[in-house]
Amino acid sequence: MALLEAKNLGISFGGLRAVDDFNIKIEKGSLYGLIGPNGAGKTTVFNLLTGVYKPTEGIITLDGKDVTGKKTIEINQAGIARTFQNIRLFKDLSVIDNVKVGLHNHMSYSTVTGILRLPKYYKVEKQMTEEAMELLKVFGLEEEAETLADNLPYGKQRKLEIARALATKPKLLLLDEPAAGMNPNETLELMETIRFVREHFDMTILLIEHDMKLVGGICEELTVLNFGRVLCQGKTSDVLNNPEVIKAYLGE
Amino acid sequence: MKKLSNKKINKTFRDNLITYGMVIAAYVIMQILVSAGSVSSLIQGLLVPLCTYAILAVSLNLTVGILGELSLGHAGFMCIGAFTSAFFSKVMENSAMPSGLRFFFAILIGAFFAGVFGLLIGIPVLRLKGDYLAIVTLAFGEIIKNLVNIMFVGRDENGFHISFTNTMDLNMSEDGDVIIKGAQGITGTPHDSSFTIGIVLLLITLFIVLNLIHSRDGRAIMAIRDNTIAAESVGIHITKYKLMAFSISAALAGVAGVLYAHNLSTLTALPKNFGYNMSIMILVFVVLGGIGNIRGSIIASVILTLLPELLRGLNDYRMLIYSIVLIVMMLFNWAPKCIEWREKVAARFKKSVKKEAE
Repeated sequence: MALLEAKNLGISFGGLRAVDDFNIKIEKGSLYGLIGPNGAGKTTVFNLLTGVYKPTEGIITLDGKDVTGKKTIEINQAGIARTFQNIRLFKDLSVIDNVKVGLHNHMSYSTVTGILRLPKYYKVEKQMTEEAMELLKVFGLEEEAETLADNLPYGKQRKLEIARALATKPKLLLLDEPAAGMNPNETLELMETIRFVREHFDMTILLIEHDMKLVGGICEELTVLNFGRVLCQGKTSDVLNNPEVIKAYLGE
Repeated sequence: MKKLSNKKINKTFRDNLITYGMVIAAYVIMQILVSAGSVSSLIQGLLVPLCTYAILAVSLNLTVGILGELSLGHAGFMCIGAFTSAFFSKVMENSAMPSGLRFFFAILIGAFFAGVFGLLIGIPVLRLKGDYLAIVTLAFGEIIKNLVNIMFVGRDENGFHISFTNTMDLNMSEDGDVIIKGAQGITGTPHDSSFTIGIVLLLITLFIVLNLIHSRDGRAIMAIRDNTIAAESVGIHITKYKLMAFSISAALAGVAGVLYAHNLSTLTALPKNFGYNMSIMILVFVVLGGIGNIRGSIIASVILTLLPELLRGLNDYRMLIYSIVLIVMMLFNWAPKCIEWREKVAARFKKSVKKEAE
């Protein structure tokens, strides 16, 4: 059974049909790419999957459970975590605290414990720090643990966002243009990181990307969106050689 | 790794210790000066209000600096704390309860009611953002003050009577006793507040706020402040944490109200003490002390409370100088050129210290 399945997904904003009849099936452990020209509705699909928008029609199932129309928080708890196209970090918190916020629902103590500093506070905080540091090590951010997130260089901010998403222990990770604004070297490094995340965390990843080198290099399957509709779907090599796709990207 | 986590705990721990130490040092110095008789009675009378304002500034900083929402109704919560606790103290005045215990309960009651009102007002109000939130909190603050102003509560052998028109409307028996007299407020509240109690309450407030900030809940609150959408996407319950911060902030303002009420013999809800003037003044403490900077709030509230009194000799020019000091403080703390200059001076100072050491 597929980990994520969306059937017939659609949303309208007033008269604008942003996404129409969108179907996708992502197997567990796969690395799936969602591509398309600007304004095709890729981020809208992400927002539908994470509950930011409620679909006008269609069903989304995650691991066999219906998550259609659930709130963002519930969807996160069900197992979908995401990053954002324009980075959204907690910029006035330290790098490690950003990750600890991601761990929020997995390790807890009550407010009173926190204020009175009962022994449980120290125990849980220590566990949180250890776990957060492990995640930061994966992304090579352990040196900057105490830096404010805002002061990180751009590439590292992208990585921190992925680390924070992983801290919520998702089943499916959605990456919205992870390579946007990166130079070729950083992109190569990011590809390695994404591969590593998949192996290390046994993660299923769905990503939006414009960088065809990255998409062609790591994605196994692709869906191409154009004007809110699925243009083409299938194995990466087949899709990238499809004349329809080339036409949508480059024109005639 | 272990080292790093320890280092961090140590750093925040040290920071917090400096804050507590500063308050305790100020207390000890003041006590010595008072016992030496070198403090004028004017300044002595200001000691409890100073604690009150410091508590208010710290508690408002929780809303403005940590939660990141601008609230202009903080004096309203202080008003609730003041009146509920003064009412309780007045009712219990002639009972067998010792005054210390009575004041302890009064503090709990003031904090509890202010917190409950914070929660009730927070539920509708925290859906708004920015300027809109500020305006609505301002309105709620005024509503609270004005409601208290027209409230009459009395007690006789049949129990309590409440009216919103006048004393006659209470329909009390002959030996009944009116406790809250509308615009005349509550008179004869027992004088339970003292500088020592004020400092203890300030320390407790600091303890609650600082520990909250550096805990799991505090991180969630600051995450909401920095990016609501991202906080939601990692599973943070936005409404829950906003309400938590807002009502804790309100409850602490209530504590300041208790301290304030038990320092006066006549408690009335005037625009001066519970109106928006007060709310704005607390906000000025918070902004000048540094938004999100708890220690700064205390320092700013002390300086800005003492300043008008110290400038009293200048008569007409007093408020002029006060406002100039406000502007200078603001520029010194926030203007980019000033920050640059301060850093330069600090660097030069460090260099010269190094040279001397060599």
